[in-house]
Amino acid sequence: MSDIPLPPASLRPAAAARRFRAPTDEAPATRLVLILLAVLGLGVLVLAPLATVFAEALAQGIGAAVESLSDPQAWSAIWLTLLVAAIAVPLNAVFGIAAAWAITKFDFRGKAFLITLIDLPFSVSPVVAGLCIVLTFGANSLIGGWLVAHGFPIVFALPGIVLATMFVTFPFVARELIPVMIEQGRAEEEAALTLGASGWRVFRTVTLPNIRWALLYGVLLCNARAMGEFGAVAVVSGKIRGQTATMPITIEMLYNEYMSVAAFSMAALLAFLGLVTLMIKTTLEIRHADQLAAQRRH
Amino acid sequence: MVIQIDEISKLFGTTAALQPVSLSIPGGALVALLGPSGSGKTTLLRILGGLEYPTSGRVLFDGHDATGMTVQERRAGFVFQSYALFRHMTVFDNIAYGLNARPRASRPSRAEIARRVTKLLDLIQLPQIADRYPSQLSGGQRQRVALARALAIEPRMLLLDEPFGALDAKVRKELRQGLREIHDETGLTTVFVTHDQDEAMELADLVVVMSMGRIEQIGRPQDIRTRPATPFVRDFIAG
Repeated sequence: MSDIPLPPASLRPAAAARRFRAPTDEAPATRLVLILLAVLGLGVLVLAPLATVFAEALAQGIGAAVESLSDPQAWSAIWLTLLVAAIAVPLNAVFGIAAAWAITKFDFRGKAFLITLIDLPFSVSPVVAGLCIVLTFGANSLIGGWLVAHGFPIVFALPGIVLATMFVTFPFVARELIPVMIEQGRAEEEAALTLGASGWRVFRTVTLPNIRWALLYGVLLCNARAMGEFGAVAVVSGKIRGQTATMPITIEMLYNEYMSVAAFSMAALLAFLGLVTLMIKTTLEIRHADQLAAQRRH
Repeated sequence: MVIQIDEISKLFGTTAALQPVSLSIPGGALVALLGPSGSGKTTLLRILGGLEYPTSGRVLFDGHDATGMTVQERRAGFVFQSYALFRHMTVFDNIAYGLNARPRASRPSRAEIARRVTKLLDLIQLPQIADRYPSQLSGGQRQRVALARALAIEPRMLLLDEPFGALDAKVRKELRQGLREIHDETGLTTVFVTHDQDEAMELADLVVVMSMGRIEQIGRPQDIRTRPATPFVRDFIAG
């Protein structure tokens, strides 16, 4: 026995197993570099600015920050931002579902054009969008003139801000829903129809439950973007303090006036609202992880 | 129920999925639509179920024109190729769906629905799975649940699109037998689509061989085997 030479150590099973790496695995060094890059990017681009905003807001103590936020003009900005989001987001959810439904469940001429149209707000600068609204609905335009004469001004008023916000945030819900609905196909809806369900019932009991996670994600993204929209709203709102200045616009005005505590306090609040949105999403995902998994596996 | 198909054709854009075809299905028969993919068999089945509208021609149920009937009015129990079970509902809710969808006046009571679902679960020999979700079932179990769901609405006919297509050979054989038994028990006029000639020959009373949107031959399995009407049928059942 002992005169049979052992294979070199490197070819023995244990050593071979230790040296074997799954083909999709990277070398430890590569992995470390990638992780560091990601952390660095996140740190420089996200965490550091966010920390600075909160630090600047609290630079003169929490009292000064709270006081700056309880100013009537600040209140007006906060209220306006929440109101605009509360109108624009549900409307965009409805339009987004309608658009995604039309695109994924029916075949019609001009479908590609409609998809392009949905993406338009992503490619057009918000400032241009705002200008379009001013030109279409401003007091000097045909429609705008008539509306102003009947006591319903669009531009420099709430309807204009809502319109501008809706334009900018329109793609979020539809974009989230379309891939999910394409993947799910029409079979479940057809099955429900053959079982005698009406179109509305099919939507309520089959379509909506199947798209609810994508819908929620789209709505949350849409909400975060709606509260933060600056460019389009800056053009249509006229930036009237205490009336048409939303939170992002107020932040800019305060910052330009060197009122840094007030500016950063409101910025911190706006960032906080965005973080809350994100937290809601994550919490729901954790709580309903089992359902999510069950849906995906089928 | 007697189903008559009278000169039905279907165009998708400019492609003809069905040339004008005519076919009479006697009440209570178990009929196979047999053909390769692209032969128009699924299109014909979907027209019967009301999921597609024919470009021309008529469909008659028991002698009455049903061409314009909506999919809901037809009350056709439809089993889809991929079963199309509602993935967010339990097996119980899947089977009860059609009963719950009825207008209030004709909707059975909650207890009655539960009783019927239990009975159907017994019929498909899966009494224990009411609380499971479709993702927790095997392929064969899903197929049987889809069948139970279609039967729950007390359909006037049963339409099945490649009902055994996605299953392995052993399960396929068992379920074939199962479908035959359920058909004999309910006496429903049943039409199923298949590309598998063994399946068609073994299971059906009447086989309709289709190719390129045309009906090549209609006949009992042994007639088709012994006297194929066209070269296509001869080649198809030989291969």
